[in-house]
Amino acid sequence: MGRRFGERLVLSDVDVDVERGDFLLVTGPNGSGKTTLLRLVAGLLAPTAGTLEVAADRGRIGFLGHEPLLYRELTALENLDLYGRLYRVRERRERTGMLLERFGLWDARAEQVSTYSRGMVQRLALCRALLHDPDLLLLDEPFSGLDAEGAELLHAELADAGPRTLVVASHQPERIAPLASARLALA
Amino acid sequence: MSGYIADAAALARKDLLVELRTRDTVPAMLLFVVAALVVFHFALPAESSRLAASGMLWIALLFTALLALVRAFVGERDQGTLDGLILAPCDRSAIWVGKTLSVLAFLLFAEAVALPAFALFYEDVTWELVAGLALANVGIATVGTLLGAMAAAARARELLLPLLFLPLAIPLVVGGVGATVAEDPGRYLAFLGLYDLIFAILSWASFEYVVTE
Amino acid sequence: MSTSLRNNGAALLSLSAAALLVAGLSLAIFWAPEDADQGISQKIFYVHVPVALTAYACFFWAAWKALRLLWRGGERYDLESYTAVHMGVIFGVLTLVTGSIWAKVSWGQWWVWSERQLTLFLILFLFYSAYFMLRYSTDPGPRRARTSAVYALFGVVLIPVSFLAIRLAEGLIHPVVFKRDGPAMEGSMFLTFCVCFSGMLALAGALYLVELSGKRADASLRSLRERLA
Repeated sequence: MGRRFGERLVLSDVDVDVERGDFLLVTGPNGSGKTTLLRLVAGLLAPTAGTLEVAADRGRIGFLGHEPLLYRELTALENLDLYGRLYRVRERRERTGMLLERFGLWDARAEQVSTYSRGMVQRLALCRALLHDPDLLLLDEPFSGLDAEGAELLHAELADAGPRTLVVASHQPERIAPLASARLALA
Repeated sequence: MSGYIADAAALARKDLLVELRTRDTVPAMLLFVVAALVVFHFALPAESSRLAASGMLWIALLFTALLALVRAFVGERDQGTLDGLILAPCDRSAIWVGKTLSVLAFLLFAEAVALPAFALFYEDVTWELVAGLALANVGIATVGTLLGAMAAAARARELLLPLLFLPLAIPLVVGGVGATVAEDPGRYLAFLGLYDLIFAILSWASFEYVVTE
Repeated sequence: MSTSLRNNGAALLSLSAAALLVAGLSLAIFWAPEDADQGISQKIFYVHVPVALTAYACFFWAAWKALRLLWRGGERYDLESYTAVHMGVIFGVLTLVTGSIWAKVSWGQWWVWSERQLTLFLILFLFYSAYFMLRYSTDPGPRRARTSAVYALFGVVLIPVSFLAIRLAEGLIHPVVFKRDGPAMEGSMFLTFCVCFSGMLALAGALYLVELSGKRADASLRSLRERLA
């Protein structure tokens, strides 16, 4: 399976099977196509060569990309409320509160995202990705911007993923390598 | 079905909330439309007819609408939030409905200022004008939102959108000005309704293709 | 369509086009009777109207291919739609030029707004020129193909809507100063017209096939280069 943008070949000959409950760690230097791979799996891109089958529909996929996918002019609560509605999250308010608290954002919940630090934005983006309890979680460089405490929280989340299938891309994978059940190295 | 409407409503509300906080678009539209009306005074010769003045109003409103339409998707694209909406399980056309509703709201705000200004500077505002405006708004918002999504994915998007939009807006101008000044405004209003129906359906149906990769 | 068949098709169409056009124009100049009202200037009708109808045909063809693209997907429909729009614009410009010449000869002005067809073509010219701007500004890929297809569909819907608008505008804004009665064609005129029309269609078809194979060759070359890289 591969993907090109115009003249640029970004991914080629990627052949991998991921089972339910796996934790796939995608490694590689910058520009190796990790982001493209995650965007392909998420459904934001279509492959230009080969086939891709994802056994989860859109409502069961959680995604964290380079952009936090948050509205800067809205508060954390408003952002999560919007996505909660779009993803048909049951008990939206409780779940929002629970996630904000878990990631240490409860006190800043009514502040606009534009006032957040980089680390807070990343944490909120994680909340957004986890909001609907996805079966398939796709994380692209999730540790970037996180301080030590945030990294701990994320690590705990990854370690305790339960039945979730995880695909995490990182160019510094040492921390989470032990947790992974499979690795894919892109050149 | 109710989920669809709820999605569109949530998205429209989001746009209005963002606009309320940033105040980027609507104030600019208000200022622009009044400025345009003033400029037109100096562009029109002394004994200009009602027809000329009405035509100028419609031109002013059309270009004011372009301000809102350009911004409709540029922010989403630049901030990446459009991806967030596409990833969501909602129907893609619900995104279009939400955007169209918020664009309509912005247009109404602008016209709430433009019409009194027009009445002050030029001519009375008749119910036919308002009716024509209401119908034309729908046409502008529906087609413009779709074209805005097309342009946002391109380079030079602020230049591209007017190019794409103006030919499609010509029937709206005919209908609108006709409704304002003709003896038989019914025909023109009916034409506007027809335009709205055809192009709203077309825009609604094709949005998905324009916004996904 | 295989390449050889396409090449043969193009060659065949070119020959037919040449034959038909030579025949049609000869008929128009020498055989068809002069119009009672307009005299010899009316003869430009034998070029102007076929060109206009051919342009419409190109736009509809483009919309059909666009629909196929949205329905099925596939780069070939994108190329076909794009080429058809290109042909349509070429013939559209020709329509505007011949129409303008006719207006000058008939009424002494290079442009008359009361000519509905001409005004419609002006609008379409603007619309489809923007098509090229759209393609030019968007990065190549499935999205550009689909966006172009949607736009091409809008164009074809715009044709009747604009025509209605122009008629409505006429009653109101642009008094009909110069009017031409629709051609009440006698048999000989009609035959000449048909020959010219077929010739124009054949010409459009030939150009279409030639340009299409050129574009396809480009695309093949590009994908070969990519595969080697």
